[in-house]
Amino acid sequence: MGKPYEFLEHTADVKIRAYGKTLGEAFKNAAIATTAVMTDIKQVKETEEKKIRITANDRESLLYDFLQEMLYLLDTEGYLAKSVKRIKIQETKTGYELTATLIGDHAQHGYDVHTYIKAVTYNEMEINENEKGVIIQLVHDI
Amino acid sequence: MEEKKQPRKLNEYSYVVERTGNMKVPLKIFASEKLLKKMMEDQCIEQGMNAATLPGIKGYSIMMPDAHQGYGFSIGGVAAFDKEKGCISPGSVGFDVNCGVRLLASNLEKEEVYEKINELLDSLFKNIPPGVGGKSLFKLSHDELDEVLKRGPEYMVGKGIGIKEDLDNCESNGRMEDADPSKVTRKAKDRGKGQLGTLGSGNHFLEVQYVNKIFNKETAKTFGITHEGQVVILIHSGSRGLGHQTCSDYIRKMEENFPEIKNSLPDKNLIYAPASSQLAKDYYKAMCAAANFAWTNRHVIGHQTRKSFKEVFGEKAKLETVYDVAHNIAKLEEHDINGEKSWVWVHRKGATRAFPPGNKELPLKYQETGQPIFIPGSMGTSSYVLVGTEKAMLESFGSTAHGAGRLMSRKKANENWKGQELRKDLEKEKIYVKAASWKGVSEEAPGAYKDVDEVVKVSDKAGIGKLVAQLKPIGVTKG
Repeated sequence: MGKPYEFLEHTADVKIRAYGKTLGEAFKNAAIATTAVMTDIKQVKETEEKKIRITANDRESLLYDFLQEMLYLLDTEGYLAKSVKRIKIQETKTGYELTATLIGDHAQHGYDVHTYIKAVTYNEMEINENEKGVIIQLVHDI
Repeated sequence: MEEKKQPRKLNEYSYVVERTGNMKVPLKIFASEKLLKKMMEDQCIEQGMNAATLPGIKGYSIMMPDAHQGYGFSIGGVAAFDKEKGCISPGSVGFDVNCGVRLLASNLEKEEVYEKINELLDSLFKNIPPGVGGKSLFKLSHDELDEVLKRGPEYMVGKGIGIKEDLDNCESNGRMEDADPSKVTRKAKDRGKGQLGTLGSGNHFLEVQYVNKIFNKETAKTFGITHEGQVVILIHSGSRGLGHQTCSDYIRKMEENFPEIKNSLPDKNLIYAPASSQLAKDYYKAMCAAANFAWTNRHVIGHQTRKSFKEVFGEKAKLETVYDVAHNIAKLEEHDINGEKSWVWVHRKGATRAFPPGNKELPLKYQETGQPIFIPGSMGTSSYVLVGTEKAMLESFGSTAHGAGRLMSRKKANENWKGQELRKDLEKEKIYVKAASWKGVSEEAPGAYKDVDEVVKVSDKAGIGKLVAQLKPIGVTKG
């Protein structure tokens, strides 16, 4: 297995590529990359878990809302997710449902949030699934 | 996505891409040869062409001299859509609703400010936190937040924060009348209520500057810019998490309500609601509320700036608001299009309104000069004061540029510069920086941006915003 995610060139914003053997693993790595954009993720401690549930009509919207939830948690509680466990994505009658547990800590405990992501965007968003695994690409608005 | 075409030169400072593919109108680009060359390197030309495919677009899809690749619309894009048959598009306003700039003019000289610059920056940093991770000095209850969303900075003046003159010298007096707090989601409100009076990070900053050069003495004087060496303060911030969430919320609602539109678009970020639909009206009311929040944010930051100046320089320090302009917004305006007066939804995304003398939207004070325009440079470079013109009304729906425009990715900027070294280089030029993060500083290195001097030159020569004064930085605080 290669690296879980990488950052690509983008003039104004931050472009992420995340990999996984499954859709869930690729989503998880996109989430970890999102925190890594904002802070030195190695420093973040695992002190608090947060259970989340997201529903959406399609996979792109599901990814968008999943990562947007992380921005919401940062703005309202200063919460930074270091990792994701028990991530489960399943098809429902109306689209998709994601459940997961975030593990992380609060920025108030002294982490340097050097880059604030304004929003997740659909710009250049791709979710490619093949027999080898899943590759996600997306751009965050900084 | 429309296929990129080499634009045709109209004159020294403007280019056109004629209609092709699904474009309903041509694309007009205000640029010099040098700036156009840079635009051709990313996807902004295609994005400007994509905007020209949206329903009810009138006249031209327009790109400003600082245009660069955005999402959906380019940054530095202007488009006007028919009031009835057109559309309203949240992504074409931008995630940071009413991101904008406020300028305060002081009665202090650059020499006396240099003497206490570190003390001043410390005080500004304390009174105006970057606020990332929810650290505001002005936490609001949901009821208070609703008042802010509805009334804008006027509500704060009632509480003794800021003065009436701050309201007079602000685009739309800081209050979009159509704002409806009930159209802003709980989630957006949760994100915003702890963020009033905070700068945010990225390219947002507060800069203490001095007037380096005055190009138009009379107009500058009306703006309160009286002589070279005078100290001024430039504030660049927006609607923080509240505006970002509002944009995301309505993008999602529009996708769900208009799947046929979603599937027909060249770029998913261009999602819109037909202007006549309830959802377009709801988004507009929510956007107005977010815009009021952003004006209140910059108003509070202005108030806190006064507090810091008094802390450091005593009661003699006086700061007057010159004006406050939005550069991410949609507004219903009447424009002359092909000799016919029409009401249109003007979307300005990374573009500043540039209204001419005599426009009824302007305060009495600026009726004879035209509207003040502020174009911030990147950290450590010049910023400019311009004035709106009749030509902007005719050629760019009363709009001009909004900044320098990025040239280089943050990733590359971080590889090329180190924050602390950059700080030393800037200090050699007598520019002092106080930042929450040095990584944030290297990402915003001056070399990562286009040449702001070239951007304002094009605005001035093309006549869509005329030069009034050049400002140079003394000290910067940023997230």
